[in-house]
Amino acid sequence: MRHLMNPLDFSVEELDKLFELAMDIEKNPEKYADKCAGKKIATCFYEASTRTRLSFEAAMINLGGSVIGFSDANSSSASKGESVSDTIRVISCFADICAMRHPKEGAAMVAASKSSIPVINAGDGGHQHPTQTLTDLLTIRSLKGRLNHFTIGLCGDLKFGRTVHSLINALSRYEDIHFIFISPEELRVPDYITEMLTEKGIPYEEVIKLEDIIDRLDLLYMTRVQRERFFNEEDYVRLKDFYILDKKKMEAAKEDMLILHPLPRVNEISVEVDDDPRAVYFKQVQYGVYVRMALILTLLELV
Amino acid sequence: MLNVGKIEEGFVLDHIEAGKSLSLYHHLQLDKLDCTVAIIKNARSNKMGKKDILKVECDINMLNLDILAFIDHNITVNVIKDGEIVDKKELVLPKEIKNVIRCKNPRCITSIEQGLPHIFFLADEEKEIYRCKYCEEKYDSKK
Ligand SMILES: [Zn+2]
Repeated sequence: MRHLMNPLDFSVEELDKLFELAMDIEKNPEKYADKCAGKKIATCFYEASTRTRLSFEAAMINLGGSVIGFSDANSSSASKGESVSDTIRVISCFADICAMRHPKEGAAMVAASKSSIPVINAGDGGHQHPTQTLTDLLTIRSLKGRLNHFTIGLCGDLKFGRTVHSLINALSRYEDIHFIFISPEELRVPDYITEMLTEKGIPYEEVIKLEDIIDRLDLLYMTRVQRERFFNEEDYVRLKDFYILDKKKMEAAKEDMLILHPLPRVNEISVEVDDDPRAVYFKQVQYGVYVRMALILTLLELV
Repeated sequence: MLNVGKIEEGFVLDHIEAGKSLSLYHHLQLDKLDCTVAIIKNARSNKMGKKDILKVECDINMLNLDILAFIDHNITVNVIKDGEIVDKKELVLPKEIKNVIRCKNPRCITSIEQGLPHIFFLADEEKEIYRCKYCEEKYDSKK
């Protein structure tokens, strides 16, 4: 029995298989409509994350299965002090697979170690959120037709952004990827990431302003820059516009550059960009459902 | 050199970084054992300039050598039996450390889940970096 804790749990070959499956699901949804008939997914969300939870639930329902679960710690036995280990043993009796979101890092791993059903880490604090990374990869692969040979810009809060770290790690396994990190000095990508890239001989650049390099990008991954991450208001006001994507900055971008964003967005992508065909962050949500469908099928060994 | 009497059975821990012997004493929980311990500080050493030495008279199965390797794997362990050195081993960093150090990351599941073993794995042998098995936070002894 397999679980998914970390996006690197799957080899590049296994990911290829998963993405092929997801793309077949996209093309022939009817073929998969009853694959999970009689199966249940438990969405155990110890903290609210409505989008992620609904994505898992939609994925299971699309496969003909059903859903049980809880959507925040208050409505679960966790509020009565039950451990993750005990909860998953109980859930194992009710469901066939579990997606777990927990504010503590490593919670899903503890659950997996005690579980008799596959566990998917649906986010554990600031640690991992593998299905977001799989979603990002599937989006790129589907819309670009490949996961190698491109220049990707990652923009915004690169210091605390877990989805960014995870995506860099995942992409570093593919050939000829050139990273450009666009962030204020205070929110630069951590050293252990750049050290890893140097060790693997993967080229990267660090720049302050998005408009300086946007014309070179094949992909642009936007994230939020939060006011509270800055030391002072002055810096925030001075820098924030560098990290807001608007129509004007998009004029310099390549015609086939894709804009991704893990959502929710606040103001880092101006709504005027939404109609641009290069803006694929809402499509990304759709790919999130496909990749979760493929993942559920794979972990339940129904393919 | 200072002579602290001969040990019948036990360990002589040599090449301890000068000044570290007392913290080693506590890490090995020698304060909880009812045995004779000699702590020699700042002994002269050709290899290190100055070093500390710990002599412990005890049953040789009583010491957890894994933790010793984790604290400082340059330490030499002389195993003494019947008054003679019967074994002399260089320590190797353990691949995994269980229930010796605790994860200090307040966001880690180990901070709330009852009865969970605290497990660290050797993430980088060269840099001697251990990470928590659950949250992957680097273990920093200085924190
Ligand atoms: Zn930890």
